[in-house]
Amino acid sequence: MEEKTWNEEAKRPSAFKRAGRAVLRFFKKNEYIFSKIGFSLLTLALTTIFLFFLLRQIPGDIVDIYAQQLQYSRGLPYERAYELAVQLLNYNPNENIFAAFFRYVGGLLRGELGESYLQEGVSANLLIEQRLPWTLFISSVALFISFFLGVAIGGYVAQRRNGIANKIASGYIAVTGAIPDYLMALLMVTLFAYQLKIFPSQNNFDIFTVTPGFNIDFILNVLYHAALPILSSAIIQTGYWIMQMRGSCIGILGSDYIFSARARGLSERTIRKKYMNKNALLPLVASFGVAFGGLFGGSVLLESIFNYPGIGLEITARITSKDYVVVQGLVFFSAAMIIIVNLIVDLIYPLIDPRVKRG
Amino acid sequence: MEKTKNKSAFLTKTLEIFKKIGRGIKIFFTKMYSNKKSAIGFSIILLYVIVAIVGPLLFPYDSTVNTANKYLAPSLEHPFGTDWMGLDVFRQVISGTSSVLQVAFFTAFLSIALGTVLGILSGYVGGWVDRVIMTIVNIFLSVPSFPVYLMMAALFTIETPITMALMISIFSWAGLCRAIRVQVISLKESDFIQICRVMNMSTGHIIFKEIMPNLFSYIAVNFVLILRGSILASVGIMLVGLASYNPTDWGVIIQAARMRGLMNVNNVIIMLYPLVAILIFQIAALMLSQGLDETINPRLKVL
Repeated sequence: MEEKTWNEEAKRPSAFKRAGRAVLRFFKKNEYIFSKIGFSLLTLALTTIFLFFLLRQIPGDIVDIYAQQLQYSRGLPYERAYELAVQLLNYNPNENIFAAFFRYVGGLLRGELGESYLQEGVSANLLIEQRLPWTLFISSVALFISFFLGVAIGGYVAQRRNGIANKIASGYIAVTGAIPDYLMALLMVTLFAYQLKIFPSQNNFDIFTVTPGFNIDFILNVLYHAALPILSSAIIQTGYWIMQMRGSCIGILGSDYIFSARARGLSERTIRKKYMNKNALLPLVASFGVAFGGLFGGSVLLESIFNYPGIGLEITARITSKDYVVVQGLVFFSAAMIIIVNLIVDLIYPLIDPRVKRG
Repeated sequence: MEKTKNKSAFLTKTLEIFKKIGRGIKIFFTKMYSNKKSAIGFSIILLYVIVAIVGPLLFPYDSTVNTANKYLAPSLEHPFGTDWMGLDVFRQVISGTSSVLQVAFFTAFLSIALGTVLGILSGYVGGWVDRVIMTIVNIFLSVPSFPVYLMMAALFTIETPITMALMISIFSWAGLCRAIRVQVISLKESDFIQICRVMNMSTGHIIFKEIMPNLFSYIAVNFVLILRGSILASVGIMLVGLASYNPTDWGVIIQAARMRGLMNVNNVIIMLYPLVAILIFQIAALMLSQGLDETINPRLKVL
């Protein structure tokens, strides 16, 4: 009797074991997804530690300054104000390092990225809410323009490698590759805004002449102010995308299925549109995603040169005024966005190109 | 008697070493000048280095303010004119060359050293070492570098080119490390390394005598690219108004002119000199790296 049950158990493992195996199988099946997610979480955690240690370098008396400020503005006793300051800043210089770290992570988990100790009621969250749309507006428009131009020109040029178009494109790539975007911006702003005075040299729209909202005046004014920043970064980025697309296309053009398409007498235009572009775009989609992730931090120099009120300008302004807690929050936000967008690209990419998962 | 013999043997040995080095340099130069791009790029960068070393001796920078000759037009005495304080712009730019190049070269050496050592370690050893190093690399690639530079420049006092270079190389080694790792992994699987292993050669021999020569072209190209990137980063940091430890650094000159107001044409002209200097250096470095890639990268030759 006893032996029989033992045998049965050996044949059919307990429900617990079966569940465990099912979970293991599930993980093994989706190993790619879970390893990517795990790795991103690890990177995010280590990034947090890195930023935490950078934050620890802040001189200790800022909490004191902030506490005194709160004492005056809210009429609290000093001890109470100090407690509030520690809570708002997520930072206490007297704590040991572990307690401080848990406080910091706790604050981040609650979504409080950091309160300004110089300005009442200003926090990193508020700044992101206000500035992120503007940053995303100029940088994503520039990215989209340059990506589509680059893909179109790169594909066209790759098919005519001995033509004059390729020589012009090569020259353009070399020049734009050598000029950094912020020096281009500096040149543009000096020429068009300060000297010729065609375009404005600061702000995202004119506060005195237009009212924010969905009206034609406002939209035109915003575009007018965004034109120079978008133009200068699009000019530089287009060269990069042309180079990427041309390189990718040249690799594709050597493959057999393009030869067979040519042998069937298809026109170069059909080959480009129906055969070459699809495969050549695959690696570019990944780099496009990565580039898009980088937009959330804003380009610090570009925005400060144009005085465009985005996240980048906010970071520079806050660093110069020594508002480090807010800066740390903004940097954490942009790092987290880069990691998240990279993860999304990694997860979506196998759907577009199934070779990746197998390889 | 024996001592002199030893001495002469020593002398011949050192001479041989020098000859070897000389031959190496000769090969280096013939290779460099066999390609038009690398020849032009290398010559321009050499010119910059010479200006950085010799320039301050010939045209020492004089920081006495003399408002009587502010905004002078270019003349023989002041080839680039003078600025708002009556200082010679030409001498400022020349003095800034050495400051900028010091940062660039220190950064390039530091990050090449770090990136190569960790890249080879990660690629060759593999296993958990590889995983740890790659995780660290991933952090440095995903944290936006420029805001962190600014934060560090504000939190730590940066007063020498070396501290500036240390700060910039914190981020610039990561990409190189990842690339070197990929190269090492593909080399490790190649036949000649497998044969070396079967022949029971020491790991040191395999790394230094077999793998390193194959990586050399790659490292050389990246050295030039990091040179470029570090100039951009250091000038960018100074453009925001941080870490202006040297009043003649190109970034500081540009920033000062910008703060004076770009409505004034005189300031724009002052700003243009260091700007053009940076652009020429960038173009030269890009040409040199492309030329190097074409001349010493054996895989491109086959294509």
